[in-house]
Amino acid sequence: MWRFIKRNEWTLHLMLVPGLLALLVFQYVPMVGVVIAFQKFIPAKGLFGSKWVGLDNFRYMFDLPDFWNIIWNTFYIAIMKIIVGLVVPVTIAVLLNEVRKEAIKRSIQTLIYLPHFLSWVILSGILVDILSPNEGIVNGMIKALGFDPIFFLGSNAWFPYTLVLSHEWKEFGFSTIVYLAAIAGINPSLYEASIVDGASRWRQTWHVTLPGMAPLIVLMATLSIGGILNAGFDQVFNLYSPVVYQSGDIIDTFVYRTGMLEAQYGLATAVGLLKSAVSMLLIAVSYFLAYRFANYRIF
Amino acid sequence: MNGKPRGAYRVFLTANLIFLVLLSLLCVMPVVHLFAISLSSNASAAAGKVFLWPVDSTWKSYEFVLGQSAFVKSIGVTLERVLLGVLINMAITILVAYPLSKDSSVLKGRTVYIWIFVFTMLFGGGIIPLYMTMRMLGLLDSVWGLVLHGSVPVFNIVILLNFFRNLPKELEEAALIDGAGHWRIMRSIFVPLSAASIATVTLFSIVGHWNSWFDGILFMNSPDHYPLQSYLYTVVSGMQAAINSSTDLELLLLVSDRTARAAQLFVGTLPILLVYPFLQRHFTKGIVLGSVKE
Repeated sequence: MWRFIKRNEWTLHLMLVPGLLALLVFQYVPMVGVVIAFQKFIPAKGLFGSKWVGLDNFRYMFDLPDFWNIIWNTFYIAIMKIIVGLVVPVTIAVLLNEVRKEAIKRSIQTLIYLPHFLSWVILSGILVDILSPNEGIVNGMIKALGFDPIFFLGSNAWFPYTLVLSHEWKEFGFSTIVYLAAIAGINPSLYEASIVDGASRWRQTWHVTLPGMAPLIVLMATLSIGGILNAGFDQVFNLYSPVVYQSGDIIDTFVYRTGMLEAQYGLATAVGLLKSAVSMLLIAVSYFLAYRFANYRIF
Repeated sequence: MNGKPRGAYRVFLTANLIFLVLLSLLCVMPVVHLFAISLSSNASAAAGKVFLWPVDSTWKSYEFVLGQSAFVKSIGVTLERVLLGVLINMAITILVAYPLSKDSSVLKGRTVYIWIFVFTMLFGGGIIPLYMTMRMLGLLDSVWGLVLHGSVPVFNIVILLNFFRNLPKELEEAALIDGAGHWRIMRSIFVPLSAASIATVTLFSIVGHWNSWFDGILFMNSPDHYPLQSYLYTVVSGMQAAINSSTDLELLLLVSDRTARAAQLFVGTLPILLVYPFLQRHFTKGIVLGSVKE
């Protein structure tokens, strides 16, 4: 048997070649390109001709008046999204589990994860329309109730919460799937035992369903640590405007503007590199914790 | 479980059902509203009469936007990138998932290979170095730029790899003894047995390419080369009015910036809505498999 396996091994290596080449060119070459962060990079002179400036770009970055505000916005928005992103799907999964007709349950599920598959461009187009203070349907209702229209996308007081809510609206259905699978995996004899003990439906949820989901909730919370610097570029970039930079500008949008629009390549790469490095550290820690305490492995 | 629900629990069940139904409607209503706006006349939309059903319904907005060459051209670019991108994505996904699904004793260096792939999920060069790389390779303003930069979908590879690993080993061993090589085993055993998983991953890839918009903005200097979603970005962000200075008054009565934009956005969601029934049948399995393993 072993002879047959070994004879063919080289084919396996050969199969990996196209994937490895593509990774090399489109992932690893750009990784080398992060040295731009230590240069006064001028595209015409290239990576080797540009002047090395050491940590100047980083120093400049920390001195920027907006820098700490951007870091704060990123954390604030991302952490709110993480917390809401745990509470809402767990709650909805528990509630969905109480629906007795399988067909209804499945129809509801089918509807709630539709927004996940639409791009933020489309969803922003929709949000801008329905949230518009003049002709939007949401403010139409608010006005009909006798209140003043709310500038969801145009006021710093509302913008971060509009981001968190609309993000959750897009993703909660999708996140619910995993928790429903966890509920489905709970041993039915636990429920039977609790019924024999006279537990009400409410107590069954509290003492069987939720503890059954607990390992997964802890795992998801741990893994989300790695995303703490990802406040959601796609969403913010499509929804923000200079009016709400103060509350909504995040690291990624800042990198795009300084790099691609203002052509400050060194500075933008430095900010991006700082973010990637910290994120990588956080992901490594979160995966280590997940492996250590939940025995979680991706492979 | 314990017979008919009674008392307070029954009230809860009804309330719960109503809540969940409303919630699920909340997820689709915005898309329906968009569709209704796109089919309504300018006057009715502006008067706030449109909710979920078109008022003074007219196809004029669609006629109008389909007459705009930039919009139609962007659809062409998107179709091209979806076709090329999905083919390349899938070829690489299968070719990488198959060898990596073997044990380290069969594929020497498996751990190293895996780290090479997974590391790209942890760390990236960022957009500026990526842009410079694409520039160096001469891939700016070309559909190949859109297709190639994400040609190795590591997440999809993980899903398929985990599926491959759960196929019974005996099948492969029997084939090896019968003299089949790995190409043959992959083609005649692994791929057919994983049809459902491969379908899931293909749909992910289609949706991913269809929805991708930022690479278009980043890599295309000329808006002529924008794929649909990047074009829509310029419309949504107000860089470009859906209606330019049109002098056709009759048209303006029926079509406005808002209804035309709604029509364009709806065209952007249509393929997703079309593949959605297939998508949702398969992908639940894929997701659970990819994120939590027993």
